[in-house]
Amino acid sequence: MNRLVARRNLYSNHDQLKFPWKRGFCSGGEAAAAAGSSPSSGHLNHQDKHGTFTGNEQPYDLAIVGGGMVGMALACSLATKPLTKHLKVAIIDSNPALAKKLSIKREDPPDPRVSTVTPATIAYFQDAGAWQHVQQHRHAYFDKMQVWDYTGLGYTTYDARDVDKDVLGCVVENRVLHSSLLSRIEDTDFQKMIYPSRLASMIRYPSSSLKADDNTREASYTKAGLVKLEMSDGSSLYTKLVVGADGAKSQVRTLAGFRTTGWNYSQNAIICTVEHSVENHTAWQRFLPDGPIALLPIGNNFSNIVWTMNPEQSSDLTAMNEDEFVKAVNHALDHGYGPHPKSSFSNGTNKFSFLGGNLTMSINESFEVPPKVVKLASKRAAFPLSLMHANDYIAKRIVLIGDAAHAVHPLAGQGVNLGFGDAFTLSRIIGEGVAVGTDIGEVSLLRKYEAERKPANVAMMALLDGFQKLYSVDFGPLNALRAAAFHAANYISPLKRSIISYASGEQRLPMFP
Amino acid sequence: MLLFPLPHFPRFPIYSCSSSATKRRGTAMAAKLLSRLRQLDTRLISLQHQRPFFRNARLFSGQQIPSSDSHPSLPPTPTPTPLPPPSAGSAGEKRQRTSSLKDHELAKFAAISDTWWDSEGPFKPLHAMNPTRLAFIRSTLCRHFSKDPNVPKPFDGLEIVDVGCGGGILSEPLARLGATVTGVDAVEKNIKIAHLHADLDPTTSTIDYVCTTAEKLVEEGRQFDAVMSLEVIEHVADPAEFCKSLAALTRPGGAVVISTINRSIRAYAAAIVAAEYILHWLPRGTHQWSSFLTPEELVMILKRSSIDVEEMAGFVLNPLTGKWLLSDDVSVNFIAFATKKAEG
Repeated sequence: MNRLVARRNLYSNHDQLKFPWKRGFCSGGEAAAAAGSSPSSGHLNHQDKHGTFTGNEQPYDLAIVGGGMVGMALACSLATKPLTKHLKVAIIDSNPALAKKLSIKREDPPDPRVSTVTPATIAYFQDAGAWQHVQQHRHAYFDKMQVWDYTGLGYTTYDARDVDKDVLGCVVENRVLHSSLLSRIEDTDFQKMIYPSRLASMIRYPSSSLKADDNTREASYTKAGLVKLEMSDGSSLYTKLVVGADGAKSQVRTLAGFRTTGWNYSQNAIICTVEHSVENHTAWQRFLPDGPIALLPIGNNFSNIVWTMNPEQSSDLTAMNEDEFVKAVNHALDHGYGPHPKSSFSNGTNKFSFLGGNLTMSINESFEVPPKVVKLASKRAAFPLSLMHANDYIAKRIVLIGDAAHAVHPLAGQGVNLGFGDAFTLSRIIGEGVAVGTDIGEVSLLRKYEAERKPANVAMMALLDGFQKLYSVDFGPLNALRAAAFHAANYISPLKRSIISYASGEQRLPMFP
Repeated sequence: MLLFPLPHFPRFPIYSCSSSATKRRGTAMAAKLLSRLRQLDTRLISLQHQRPFFRNARLFSGQQIPSSDSHPSLPPTPTPTPLPPPSAGSAGEKRQRTSSLKDHELAKFAAISDTWWDSEGPFKPLHAMNPTRLAFIRSTLCRHFSKDPNVPKPFDGLEIVDVGCGGGILSEPLARLGATVTGVDAVEKNIKIAHLHADLDPTTSTIDYVCTTAEKLVEEGRQFDAVMSLEVIEHVADPAEFCKSLAALTRPGGAVVISTINRSIRAYAAAIVAAEYILHWLPRGTHQWSSFLTPEELVMILKRSSIDVEEMAGFVLNPLTGKWLLSDDVSVNFIAFATKKAEG
């Protein structure tokens, strides 16, 4: 009986035309909350319905919190793709460099904050059209890399020609990368609004459970499905998707309640710029008992030093005067802490030639001593190192990219490259979502991003953490193991090629071709 | 050959028997197909005898059984007059016969309409499949209407109707892609839910949701550039009639997109046994295997309505990644893109 009654009700509702405005007069707009929904007042347009939003309070499609390299990379990538360049984006960062582009001249001394960008990242930049701006400033490609440790038992030389490429990577100052991305965005007519303040609070309005018999609409429906961001200077905005690109101490991550896993390495890193008397086109890394020291070419006879060590040593080294420091650096790169490794025999047969295949060129390269540092060219800065990984990258309408999601040890120069990978992947996924008309804040879309980036990031982090732990212990058998690893990486060509291509970002996961 | 033992699970057995009988009786098919179906029929009729309530209700309702050589198509509305109206439900039944809908199907959907936008609820497979369907629709419609697919709103200027829109899962993305969308559903609750959800976003609040049927829209004389009817035709009492209505709603030179589930053994295993009984993705009784259409049948009934199917694709679920993909495999879910000939 119920079934029959129900059936009749379905049709009777329709016949009585309970909702006359649905017959297509106005575009589905019902009276706003205040009105009691009389049929005659149903003639509304969109602006009135979202009555709380006036002209400049219209909700944004995306709000990028943090306008650093990774945040701007996301913005740049969105700006240069046809499917996403119409999106309205708000960038929240109190850095004045965003609003007023600072001009970087070639004669300026190099800033010690540099990053090594892998060929994969260079390709992303080229796609977005930002690499041409980078090339107008100081940048240094390097095609060789030598890695050894203090025991003098082994070393590995990598060459770009091993994988038939021209470069292993490029070292660029962070401010150059940042301004190149900004320049590229300025070239397009991307609608972005910069909010020069810090994020204070974040409120997410749920699209509350929809019940069919709820005829009246509450005011909260107009904001449902949006996130409200309040800034420290009092301004606020509404957006469909919040992107947390605000670095290791991410405010978005804290406000959204993402849990993280990680630990502090009891190590600090000292960074500074040094000068040589000759040009340097090779990246050098020597593992010392307390941590690795890396010498990266920046161009014009300058190089960047990243020296990881105990916190006590780092305060000593930053405090000592410049000449002493230069002596310490040369000592660490050359004869300090242990002997030079013996060069491989360039004549005679190679022990591992039984493996067959093409031997890499760099097998025959002998050990070289890095160029001497002549003087210090910048201030020294020290900062603590830690590992951090957010357990989730996404929540409803919130996504984390870059250092906000993961922080790694600088020993392989991968940190910002993981961040750029996140940014360009998220931009691609947003493009795919727009192509099929998805709401870009939907969890199902964001999950695609997480599924792509999380395994890659976790794999890289695990490897780097493994290396850090492996090289932090001075123990005879372990030293021999490390020496064997150096030899293996140097002489077993397929392994070397695989290492190079993984570190260059060509391969997403280690070990899988 | 075909006589697969029909599932006889207790939830909606009555509905399945009666509706199939009606549908089979009403649809004109090729002789071979008809005989195949008649074999199915006899089995169903024997089951009928166990349920006296429906004896006189719908079986011999006064509809002419067309001989396959005389009339290729049915008269548009079957005559309701010969049937004596003894029971209270007859008024509803009369209306039911003039529309192609099955009321028990409507009741099924009305019961779970609050969960339309719960992406973990009973409509989860639909949400998961949605981007894939939209990718197909986007590429075929852009090609047909010569629109540039590389813009965020390729459907700008197109008028599309979503017949059986439900909660608006398809209508909202279509509106975001720039189309002027009219969403039509026979269940009032669905329209309410769809309206509420669409109003959350200014882009989708322009969707015109109407609680009506395709036939009524035809009576009003409305026409659209593209007619979508995804996952509807398997819940309809008279697919041929339904296709006629869809054809009438399409402007000449317009497009029709229909998606449904194939009446194959694989579809029985996947869409009914696996989805409803094992994985519990859908409530039991959502689909009746006998209501499914094979691609050939769909092509044929569309052709009878002067709609030519140009492209067909299948949806395949990769069980490891949980992603739906478009493929050539039409043995379970499939979608067909068809066009109406332009005038002149």
